[in-house]
Amino acid sequence: MIPELGQFALILAVLLATAQWVLGLVGASKSHQRMMAMTQTAAIGQLVFVAISFAMLTQAFVTNDFSVAYVAAHSNSQLPLQYRYSAVWGGHEGSLLLWALVLAIWTAAVVAFSRSLPDRFRARVLGVMGFISLGFLIFILWLSNPFVRHLPAVPDGSDLNPLLQDFGLIIHPPMLYMGYVGFSVAFAFAIAALLDGRVDQNWVRWSRPWTNIAWAFLTVGVALGSWWAYYELGWGGWWFWDPVENASFMPWLVGAALIHSQAVTEKRGSFRNWTLLLAIAAFSLSLLGTFLVRSGVVVSVHAFATDPGRGSYILAFLAVVTGLALALFAWRAPKIEQGPTAQLLSREGLLLMNNVFLVGACVLVFVGTLFPLLVEIPLLQSLVGARKMSIGAPWFTFMFPFFLIPLMILLPFGPLSRWGKEELSTVWLQLRAVLALAVFIAAIAWILRAGMSAWAAGAVLLSSWVALGTVVWFLRRRRMQLRMGGEQYGMMFGHLGLAVFLIGAVLVEALRVQTDVRMQPGDTKTIAEYTFRFVKLDHYEGPNFVSDRAHFEITREGEPLTVLKPEKRRYLVSGQVMTEPGIRPGFTRDLFVSLGEPVDIETQAWAVRLQYKPFIRWVWLGAFMMAIGGVCTTLDRRFRRRVEADEPQQVAPVRPLSEAGALA
Amino acid sequence: MKRWLPLLAFALLAVVLGIGLTLDPQRLPNMLQDKPLPEFSAASLDGARIVTSAELRGKPMVLNVFASWCPTCVHENPVLLEFAKASDALVVGLAYKDQPEDTRAWLDRFGNPFDLVIQDPDGKIGIDLGITGAPESYFVDRTGVVRDKHVGELTWDSLSDYARKIQ
Amino acid sequence: MRAKFSRPSWLGTPWALACGVLLLLLAQPLWAGIEAFPFADRAQEVRYQKLTSELRCVKCQNNSLADSEGMIAADIRREVFDMVQAGKTDAQIVDFFVVRYGDFVRYMPRFEPLTYVLWLGPLLLLPLGIWWLARSLHARAKQAAIQAEEA
Repeated sequence: MIPELGQFALILAVLLATAQWVLGLVGASKSHQRMMAMTQTAAIGQLVFVAISFAMLTQAFVTNDFSVAYVAAHSNSQLPLQYRYSAVWGGHEGSLLLWALVLAIWTAAVVAFSRSLPDRFRARVLGVMGFISLGFLIFILWLSNPFVRHLPAVPDGSDLNPLLQDFGLIIHPPMLYMGYVGFSVAFAFAIAALLDGRVDQNWVRWSRPWTNIAWAFLTVGVALGSWWAYYELGWGGWWFWDPVENASFMPWLVGAALIHSQAVTEKRGSFRNWTLLLAIAAFSLSLLGTFLVRSGVVVSVHAFATDPGRGSYILAFLAVVTGLALALFAWRAPKIEQGPTAQLLSREGLLLMNNVFLVGACVLVFVGTLFPLLVEIPLLQSLVGARKMSIGAPWFTFMFPFFLIPLMILLPFGPLSRWGKEELSTVWLQLRAVLALAVFIAAIAWILRAGMSAWAAGAVLLSSWVALGTVVWFLRRRRMQLRMGGEQYGMMFGHLGLAVFLIGAVLVEALRVQTDVRMQPGDTKTIAEYTFRFVKLDHYEGPNFVSDRAHFEITREGEPLTVLKPEKRRYLVSGQVMTEPGIRPGFTRDLFVSLGEPVDIETQAWAVRLQYKPFIRWVWLGAFMMAIGGVCTTLDRRFRRRVEADEPQQVAPVRPLSEAGALA
Repeated sequence: MKRWLPLLAFALLAVVLGIGLTLDPQRLPNMLQDKPLPEFSAASLDGARIVTSAELRGKPMVLNVFASWCPTCVHENPVLLEFAKASDALVVGLAYKDQPEDTRAWLDRFGNPFDLVIQDPDGKIGIDLGITGAPESYFVDRTGVVRDKHVGELTWDSLSDYARKIQ
Repeated sequence: MRAKFSRPSWLGTPWALACGVLLLLLAQPLWAGIEAFPFADRAQEVRYQKLTSELRCVKCQNNSLADSEGMIAADIRREVFDMVQAGKTDAQIVDFFVVRYGDFVRYMPRFEPLTYVLWLGPLLLLPLGIWWLARSLHARAKQAAIQAEEA
């Protein structure tokens, strides 16, 4: 009964999404007040029914209704309750329903927070989002129905993949989807602007908070995924350049470019087409990511149960959505450039150079992810022979710095430069002290840490440069008593977060120590000043697993520090064996112990991996700070001012040269 | 004109992805295709003698990598038994990462289609052949050149097709 | 690697349970990616770690050799260790597996005509992008100057 209700709710949601789409676009083109009003009602109605459908699926999980095939495949009567809730999105069908729910939530948010938008524009935005919802809801009902029954019901389910029985799974996908799907709002705004035929600064100003908050969510989602992989997979890795990870990183990179491009277009009215294109690209990359993850086109540890049939639908949907958007762009994008002129060394020049590096990095990730597929196309195979190649972490790690390093070198120049035109000598005057200080800090780090590699020292130098450059900007702004609104705090946190992130990312790889040793109770091993002593091995039974657990005492220079308890668990239903590492977190370093395999049962000897991971927490701290930056910008009061569509465009003034280093 | 470029680029991408849907990203190419079978020497199953790859030339050969711990090999065995009876090709079994007594017991239980069984207890021959698990089969012509390879379970039809290639 | 196990002499319940659990765990091939190889020195260990992170597991869903479980991965790791001990160079070790499994097994693609666009394409975007930006800004300035003149 409950699953059928869920399915019925979905059907109603399809009808309402159709209404939302048609009423929105037709109502706007005809300026039909009634239709436009009903669009909003349809949008809320869609949320209600998608939510009901989601609730019904949740209910099926919580009550262990194994007659539903999806529940039977991803749950078990012994599964702890909290994981029965999160198992709802543990598989393909349920996660798509989550996608649809998150999209419905964003749509309702647009209805709720768009009082200041003109009616026609809002109706178009909702219309576009309705079309996207419709595509996903039809996909769910037709090809990925989570409510399909399998009778007679199996007595018990196959259990949720043990890797997913974890807190990380509870929050990582929802956060990720909030970001991914959130870019649909910026996308819809772009389409609405193109349909309107009026691509002006108002459109961008309305878009900015929505884009920033979506980007902030995506930052958190990606960071959570990284953190989860670190403590759950047992290897201690935090980023693998796996295709599915790349699929979420690409929209993030383009999203970062977009939030900067929007700043230029909003303040100066220029580069409208570029901003439009980026807004279309960000969401298209989200859809591409959805395709890559579910189609089986690339091999990935993250991929859902892959199915070329489903992949075809997603590809077709992607082709329609992005194809129509780009066709609309080609047809209706403004043909005349607007906005005052600028030279390369100016704030807009630097902001757009940042776009070159970010979009370039996205192209890098894109090419690296899809090149192996390209090589296998039969046409190319006939030219080069049957080849199969892999592109993995070593290549990405080699190439990425080419984009990140120039970006960070130029970063401090941007906020200190004026719009339109800046003198290098003026900015350099303010930054040369920063450079000196950064070099000094890097030198200190080098001395303090004997054996620090050149890369690590370089990262300290670059991060200090960015961080101190941001501080200098902040101090000057305070001194000149200029506005410190949400946008300014956003930039500050965003840039500081990047600096913190770089320290973590480079130092943990350059300075980490890892060793695999055979240890039995009584043995000790020392790495990087920490002594690990294997105290004992015991066993215990969990709710749905049995576990071998080792106790390690860790001391540093004789002082006891902590006891870590890594485990090897065997889940009873699936038979899968999982490694649960023991982790001692710290601000400047993590200590990480994981069990390999038992080597000798009599002596209780095991192969054990010990790791010393300096500054790894800074990776996620930096990401978190960047997300905070996104939130700050979103909350800037300036964006909430009610704007009439005909308000004259405001262009940020260009301060005269006499005010050296003035900041608008 | 320039503004149509993004659409064109995207169309190209969509085509590539569409073709990608028809491919199988998991399948590894056969590195030994049309190359001589790598040199090896392995103990026979009874441990009585060492067999070298040179000895196995002169007749078309089917080299089947199997193991007692491999469930799919059980399904494949009847097909091999039929084939061994019907064909005069040399059917050689490579007992992969197995103990001889387990292999013997498995063959006694399910039937022995092999003219000769050789052992690869530490898997080194397997790595030289480029295998990733069991069952995998190589089809070698009389001059010792590998003409084809099959990963996974053999069916009667596929086996007949392969056998024709090595005659 | 097979672990030897002997039957326990005591049959009291808690011990039997504990050993039963261990036996259960051992009955599954636990080919986890953590083996305790006896390296000659730290440099050798670091070399081994680098090689196993640059080689791909031939049977997994996109894992490096270092991060993979499964029998073939464990066997290949063993081979890598043996070759490192025997003094082979990195290139020789990688080539050994490329001959047997193809370029699939390398996570770092070769630099060859087929991959020029892969290696150089994204990098070329940097100067190209900046050039395009500069050109676009310049064109805008020119247009504005013309309009100013006409005004």
